[in-house]
Amino acid sequence: MKKRVVSVLLAAIFIASIFTFAGCSSSGSKSDVIKIGFIGPTTGDAAIYGTSARDGAMLAVGEINSAGGVDGKQLELIAYDSKGDQTEAINAYNRLRDQDGVVAVIGGTLSGETLAMKDIMVQDKMPVLSPTATAVDVTVDAPNIFRVCFLDSYQGAAAANFSADTLGAKTAALLIGTGNPYSEGVSAAYQSAFVAKGGTIVGSESYGTTDKDFSAQLTKIKEMNPDVVFVPDYVQTVGPIMQKAKELGITSTFIGADGWDGVQVDYADAAQGNYFTNHYAADSPSATVQNFIKAYNTKYTKVPNSFSALGYDAAYVMAEAIKTAGSTESAAIITALSATDYPGVTGNLKFDAQGDPKDKEVTIIKIDGGQLKFVTTVVNK
Amino acid sequence: MNLFLQQVINGLNVGSIYALIAIGYTMVYGIIKLINFAHGEIMMFGAYFAFIAATSFQMPVWAILVLVMTIMAIIGVVIEFVAYRPLRNAPRLSALITAIGVSLFLQNLALLIFKPEPKIMPKLFPEMTVSIGGIDISSTTLITIGLSLVFMVLLDLYIRKTKQGRAMRAVSEDKDAAILMGVNVNRTISLTFALGSALGALGGILYSVAYIQIYPTMGVMPGLKAFIAAVLGGIGIVPGAMLGGFIIGMVETLTKAYLSTTWADAIVFGILIIVLLFKPTGILGKNTREKV
Repeated sequence: MKKRVVSVLLAAIFIASIFTFAGCSSSGSKSDVIKIGFIGPTTGDAAIYGTSARDGAMLAVGEINSAGGVDGKQLELIAYDSKGDQTEAINAYNRLRDQDGVVAVIGGTLSGETLAMKDIMVQDKMPVLSPTATAVDVTVDAPNIFRVCFLDSYQGAAAANFSADTLGAKTAALLIGTGNPYSEGVSAAYQSAFVAKGGTIVGSESYGTTDKDFSAQLTKIKEMNPDVVFVPDYVQTVGPIMQKAKELGITSTFIGADGWDGVQVDYADAAQGNYFTNHYAADSPSATVQNFIKAYNTKYTKVPNSFSALGYDAAYVMAEAIKTAGSTESAAIITALSATDYPGVTGNLKFDAQGDPKDKEVTIIKIDGGQLKFVTTVVNK
Repeated sequence: MNLFLQQVINGLNVGSIYALIAIGYTMVYGIIKLINFAHGEIMMFGAYFAFIAATSFQMPVWAILVLVMTIMAIIGVVIEFVAYRPLRNAPRLSALITAIGVSLFLQNLALLIFKPEPKIMPKLFPEMTVSIGGIDISSTTLITIGLSLVFMVLLDLYIRKTKQGRAMRAVSEDKDAAILMGVNVNRTISLTFALGSALGALGGILYSVAYIQIYPTMGVMPGLKAFIAAVLGGIGIVPGAMLGGFIIGMVETLTKAYLSTTWADAIVFGILIIVLLFKPTGILGKNTREKV
């Protein structure tokens, strides 16, 4: 009998809580502030990505507000920590929608958390702009979801075009991390684009995600002696790979993707003279980029990475869309987003029918004397 | 053919490091019948200390080797004294579980002190490539193989020719009889831990020079493979551990080179299963019958 009383009480509390939150949401949307949500990991293993993107977006919102805001209203960025966890991300999104009453969301930062929130976001028809989620599926069958970063396949093709056109490479070898979708995806795109340019893939070697010893694979690559070796993986893996390659006396140029960002810090010697594709270059001659870096450095006293740049662009594009829409209605913002044409820090941004960036510039960076040097930008045709 | 020889050299390189670590496992097992799972962590701490000695104190290579091997020998003895000695007469399973506990403790201690981001080992050895008969061998590889072989030969001589070495063999053969003969068993066991840990630390230094990253869990995988090497060669038999180490290194490298990289670990661990099924005493082990 006692149990039943407790359960009835609990049920009553639950129902009451639903009404309380519903009350919050209706009162929240009537203010003079336009609320935008941000979701990304700001603690945990992937914290560096979430905090960088958030800081970039915060900087943009600050600039927009001091320039008069959007239609005379101030923007407010409400950032919640996803901890890189899919459930946490969904909770954060629900809170943004119900409790804070945001009109649009910038996020998620990681592909996994964005995919987890995708179905609810599509149901809600919430305008969503992810700064950094690269997985293909993020924007598929989701007319309300857009992203700022280019896709893995797009940068793989850009790296191949750069190898063939600028470096004049005729032969290439691939070194792929099996079981790592990022490495596999970028490599596949590189392979087809390089072959389309008339190049030959002379060999394809692989390693497991926990491998530390790459000497067997690199010895085989040395024997093939290709013009370039394509290794799209993260710094912790490509650093030791290039170190070993140098020890073995491999003279081929190594090419990588945006996972290489930061390789100059610990592996300057090993990576000397190699190239990788990225979202932006800190020493790019463009005035937009230099202004962004200066502002970021003034506010946070550090140099922004590409996640900060993408977060910054995302906030500007979203503000621009709300301005164009002239209202905070979801449908109007989504229509405005799909017509975006914005010259951002990470390149000129337009969206294709899918919601992915169209003909976006890919920046090529060279590692030279422990510095990242801007080389050129590539647009895939 | 050159390509094959080059891969054999790669295999010897990895194998010599596995052999060094495997010796520590096998010596400890031989003398107190304990699989010291904390041995991989000894290797990890050795690498960290070498990193500190090389970067913060800019010590020369020989001083780093001597200092780090000495420190780790002492730490090995302390671990034995604190964690294993009180369990000397407890069931063997208790000691084994304690060893796993010590391993986890040391890993998390390193995580706390040194943080999870990998440290980059500076180049301790002069960097150049030596060409022998059309095969290019890097100086790091030559020094790794050379140093391991020298220390293995020294250890073998020590165990076979000196009085302490004889005491070790006596204790491992029959502890009670050794006590009756006046052997100080406690001191002999400490000595075994000291030697095994010193060689493990050397393995850690060479491993971190070859693969340049040092991180708290770096000892787990090489530790496991060295353990398989020790079982393959015949656990408790020092030359068996050396042989096993080289075989495991060679199998791993040649699998990666000629079969598939994804299968390399599966094949290495498969060896453990096959050995345990068909010849649990290992390659050099003899089948001894227990007398009742």
